[in-house]
Amino acid sequence: MRVADAIVKALEKEGVEIAFGIPGGAIMEVYDALYDSNITHILARHEQGAVHMADGYARASGKVGIAFATSGPGATNTVTGIATAYMDSSPIIVFTGQVPRAMIGNDAFQEADITGITMPITKHNYLVTDERDVLKIIKEAFYIASTGRPGPVLIDLPRDVTRAEIEFDYPDRIEIRSYRPKIQGHPKQIKRAVELIMKSERPIILAGGGIRISNAHPEVLELAEKIPAFVVTTLMGKGAIPEEHPLCLGFIGMHGTKYGNLAVMDADLIIAVGCRFSDRTVGKFDEFAPDAKIIHIDIDPAEIGKNVRVDVPIVGDAKHVLREIIKLIEFKARKEWFDHVNELRRKYPLKYEFKEEVIKPQFVVEKVYEIFPDAIVTTEVGQNQMWAAQYFKVKYPRQFITSGGLGTMGFGFPAAIGAKVANPDKIVIDIAGDGSFLMNIQELATAVDYGINVIVCILNNAYLGMVRQWQELFYDKRYSATRLRYPEISFEKIAKGFGAYGITVEKPSEVKDALKVAFEVDKPVVIDFHVEVEENVFPFVPPGRSLREVLG
Amino acid sequence: MKKFIAVLVENRPGVLARVSSLFRRRGFNIESLSVGTTEREDISRMTIAVNGDERTVEQVVKQLNKLIEVIKVSDVTDNSVQRELALVKVNASPDKRGEIIEIANIFRARIVDVARDSFIIEITGDEEKISAFIDLMRQYGIKEVARTGIVSMVRGSKVISV
Repeated sequence: MRVADAIVKALEKEGVEIAFGIPGGAIMEVYDALYDSNITHILARHEQGAVHMADGYARASGKVGIAFATSGPGATNTVTGIATAYMDSSPIIVFTGQVPRAMIGNDAFQEADITGITMPITKHNYLVTDERDVLKIIKEAFYIASTGRPGPVLIDLPRDVTRAEIEFDYPDRIEIRSYRPKIQGHPKQIKRAVELIMKSERPIILAGGGIRISNAHPEVLELAEKIPAFVVTTLMGKGAIPEEHPLCLGFIGMHGTKYGNLAVMDADLIIAVGCRFSDRTVGKFDEFAPDAKIIHIDIDPAEIGKNVRVDVPIVGDAKHVLREIIKLIEFKARKEWFDHVNELRRKYPLKYEFKEEVIKPQFVVEKVYEIFPDAIVTTEVGQNQMWAAQYFKVKYPRQFITSGGLGTMGFGFPAAIGAKVANPDKIVIDIAGDGSFLMNIQELATAVDYGINVIVCILNNAYLGMVRQWQELFYDKRYSATRLRYPEISFEKIAKGFGAYGITVEKPSEVKDALKVAFEVDKPVVIDFHVEVEENVFPFVPPGRSLREVLG
Repeated sequence: MKKFIAVLVENRPGVLARVSSLFRRRGFNIESLSVGTTEREDISRMTIAVNGDERTVEQVVKQLNKLIEVIKVSDVTDNSVQRELALVKVNASPDKRGEIIEIANIFRARIVDVARDSFIIEITGDEEKISAFIDLMRQYGIKEVARTGIVSMVRGSKVISV
């Protein structure tokens, strides 16, 4: 069998139904094989878009996302997408074409050393130099991408390899002696954690993106109710617990809720699960939760003790470890602490000033939440992302999809396309900024082409808003290179030009109707909300400061 | 704090690049690195000398362990034997030869090449010994030095293998 056909057959055996990508000279054999396959291929308009789509698909479905690109520029265009998936531990496999083996290293046309380039941003990568290895490599790639702490894997396929002939002998299972993720937590450590929990008077659970990956939401809720303890999340952890639950204090960090941040700082115990204590979440590392003991549960040992001191490290899968802990703890009322935190919540709610004459961006997100509380929401990066995170209360896991670690502008729209493909029956909304949306706007063609009807809500403030906010607060309002043209760019017309539906909204009274129209239209929709231009995101913990030093 | 870390890896092309790339991007400093095959031809052993505080070294070990092709990472600093080999090409005019040979003997070094006006001297030992020898050779005029980097092995019955 031709290797290209064997690759596609292997993907079918792995249950792949959807792949994203763009063909080119070095990967033509694989595309030729895809022509006869049951796998639906979505033609993106830029390889970065294709990888974000695969990533969005993976995050929304829990399955491995697949993307294809050709050699050289096709491959290098995938880099931002791969780095985005890497930082947020998203399982994707990217197949790139490569020049024939004999030409590698000769600076051939469209040659790029993509395995070298992606070494630090993939969980693992392969250059296939022997066609007899290709099936084993694909099996390994799925195993590596989807287990332990998931992440992107890249497979680089020299063109002559894809043309070679092999036996189709796809392994059923694979063993990698040097890769064995640890699932069960150490019983002694679990016992120590339980002792700390039972001793604690002011416990808080800090839930990260690992909860979604390990499907540990029921355990988080059970643990929170049984201790009982409040739950805060990281940005990636949104959805670890329904955010309207009385024990949930929202997400913490730079733009997290003030009551969540303060509660963490007042806690005497942090039970951190599936998170990595990023600087955006904890503020100043050595002033984080000064009175608290820290239990850190994570499947990646390298995350434990990397940024903050940890009292009880537990390496293992969140779901397994939490189950063990739940078995051993008993309910203990902590009234004083609960009164204190609820008082913080009353005193420092999320707030903004509503205006009749101009649309507040927060108001748009509130209305999106009011009308589409079950929608999957993706975000771009910047102010739009933070307002979406603050005002859209996530109900279920995998509902909120955002580029947390890398902070990739241009992620949200293609990710929304991927999420919609994974969930055709769900409404999928990209909360966007005008700057971010422009970074992958070409994917409107993809959405229209395949009838992938996502809704893009642009919070258009005609600025690179988050950078402008920093310039306002820290650079004496010197708005260097942050002003975007406005309102000369008509996103409504651009949408129409692509064959999508476009709406411009300038008054608060029109916001709801526009969203309802978007729901009824049988096309991808772009709503251009002209919002308050110099609105800032608050609360705001300035970079490198303790979570107590909240502005706003 | 200097630590010696033994890393058993799959003997495949590209593995060294993965390890060195990891050190670069995480900002860890490699003092010396040596690689060679082991008693098993499918496994190579790297010995990495790294300087850093306890937390840095802990991160080095953990991050190395995350590389898929890394099979085992062990700290081989304490209670261990460290050896390095160096070749030193040194000026050896006829009137200095006797002195140089005498010093070489004291260090149990061997003269492995004799030319009209220079020697190549082979010396093995721990890092300090080799550095001390090289320092002594400076007075004669060193033309070239090649050092292998340190290898380290824990004493006694403890074995680092797969």
